[in-house]
Amino acid sequence: MSDSSIHSVSGRGLVLRGADMDTDRIIPARFLKTVTFDGLEHGVFADDRESLRAAGARHSFDRPEFAGARILLVHKNFGCGSSREHAPQALYRWGIRAIVGESFAEIFFTNSVMLGLPCVTVKESAVQTLMTAVDLDPTTELLVDLVHDFVRVGEQVLPATLPLHAKDAFVSGHWDGAGLLLERYEEVEAAVARLPY
Amino acid sequence: MLLRSDPPMAQTLFEKVWNQHAVRQLPTGQTQLYIGLHLVHEVTSPQAFDMLRARGWRVRAPQRTFATVDHIVPTSSQSRPFADAMAEQMTTALERNCREHNIPLFDLASGRQGIVHVIGPELGLTQPGMTIACGDSHTSTHGAFGAIAFGIGTSQVRDVLASQCIAMTPLKVRRIEVTGATTPGVYAKDVILTIIQRLGVEGGVGYAYEYAGDAISGMTMDERMTVCNMSIEGGARIGYVNPDDVTADYLAGRPFAPSATDFDQARSRWKSLASDAGARYDDLVRLDASEISPTVTWGTNPGQSVGVDDKISNPSDINSLSFMGLLANTSIIGTKIDVAFIGSCTNGRLSDLREAAKVIAGRRVRPGVRAMVVPGSQAVRLAAEREGLHEVFRSAGFDWREAGCSMCLAMNPDRLVGNETCASSSNRNFRGRQGSPTGRTLLMSPAMVAAAAVEGAVVDVRQFLGGRR
Repeated sequence: MSDSSIHSVSGRGLVLRGADMDTDRIIPARFLKTVTFDGLEHGVFADDRESLRAAGARHSFDRPEFAGARILLVHKNFGCGSSREHAPQALYRWGIRAIVGESFAEIFFTNSVMLGLPCVTVKESAVQTLMTAVDLDPTTELLVDLVHDFVRVGEQVLPATLPLHAKDAFVSGHWDGAGLLLERYEEVEAAVARLPY
Repeated sequence: MLLRSDPPMAQTLFEKVWNQHAVRQLPTGQTQLYIGLHLVHEVTSPQAFDMLRARGWRVRAPQRTFATVDHIVPTSSQSRPFADAMAEQMTTALERNCREHNIPLFDLASGRQGIVHVIGPELGLTQPGMTIACGDSHTSTHGAFGAIAFGIGTSQVRDVLASQCIAMTPLKVRRIEVTGATTPGVYAKDVILTIIQRLGVEGGVGYAYEYAGDAISGMTMDERMTVCNMSIEGGARIGYVNPDDVTADYLAGRPFAPSATDFDQARSRWKSLASDAGARYDDLVRLDASEISPTVTWGTNPGQSVGVDDKISNPSDINSLSFMGLLANTSIIGTKIDVAFIGSCTNGRLSDLREAAKVIAGRRVRPGVRAMVVPGSQAVRLAAEREGLHEVFRSAGFDWREAGCSMCLAMNPDRLVGNETCASSSNRNFRGRQGSPTGRTLLMSPAMVAAAAVEGAVVDVRQFLGGRR
């Protein structure tokens, strides 16, 4: 994953219902026993998927009609809990390139920006509209436009929000900001000199 | 970039500390914030060090960076190599990274190892007015000292390693005033569970929580840490308490705290960081501590809790209730448990073990209940043993373990099996959190866990404290 500008993401959607989806559910802790992020896609919602399989049902990430989906549709407070970057890493490696939801937990949101995975916020009614459209026809193409702040499904254009800094980061292609923090380091040294500790 | 309250002289602690550490405004509009203390552990750091290596960067401020092993270490046999090859590999990676970058590592042989949020304060590394970052969401714990402390992901761990800075947007501040006195049997854990229940698990997103009021200022540092620890469970990445003499007294004499000659000056500087009277808040919430009863979670997020005097009423989330095998309009009292876990960065400190020991002394763990105490650090373990607490727990039928995160997140062999129900002093009751996809977690205070271990079911700890049994 290298820096490059992201103006929009298009593709099919994946419907994941449920509020307050925590990062332990997105990727259970046993998958964190690794010194790399390689292969994390295999752990995505592993426990939820296994539980549903055992009950003779299918999790969204196991439904064949959602295979190859790039845009994850979620409800509120997605990614709450543990700070594990493994959560957005796992979703990204599975193939997700944008998440559209009612709201996101802060650390999850920041971690996602750092790896070039936009999380855009839309109204609850818009999430319903998107989920319904994708449920009716999983081949429906969605468009997440980061420059003009909307999500499009068919003829419908739904307003979306993304904090300005994240929007700038994606559009400029500088979403991995480590280099930025090392520029003008003399200003950092001046700030350190002022610290009482 | 700089934050200003109105009138300009009156500021919150958050504003003061933020302004002191703000380096510049980045082209993205965010602030470049200097990090005064970076804490590192074995699970969220190996990829960060690899990213550093790939770019040929060095750790910018190893003198402000400290590491320990906590998440993955076994709490039974700790002889190397560990039985779990992955635990061994991750520990070895941290050892190598620390050696290569001259980062002090508090390893198992150091006598100073423990959960990163327990050892930072007990070593005096954590101090008022610092900015503190760590690749762990419970970094909010350190806010108990009047620090601005928050969890970060691995890419940001890399940023801090490389630049000792982070790109961040300032938060709003919500003051949560807890007034009045808690009643016997009600602990800091019950206070924070109640706060989260009232404000919701998403209520704190975008906010730093300032905990204030006489119920908070009357708390010990251990208790304040319990409260700040769970800020993130309410959605707030940062939670803090204004520093006072309790804060300074706690730090006096600790290994990394200012020396005796400099201490008085440090004390007055720390106290000057407290929010000014007249500082402006973005929100204010008030709670009466006397109305809080022992509290237990009934669902699968930390906001889903109920007082032991009340019934689980009108749960908004039926799925969670059925996952837990519980029924609406019933009491949480009497819920059978299989496992009792005392430990974690929330409640694994000496005072927590003392409170649990008071309940367990002279009693026995109910046959069939697996009960364990995992001290938060080697120092906590040693101090507890000096008081004989290990004998109290052992003779009651508790396992007395080595220090680590253990069954809070089940990255080591300590875990639930099948749909076991665990009375736990930890911080998260998420599905699967304690290692079994169908395992059930009931969060409560350490004293309540001890009582549940005896009863084999959730019970009101106040019955054990009044000498009625």
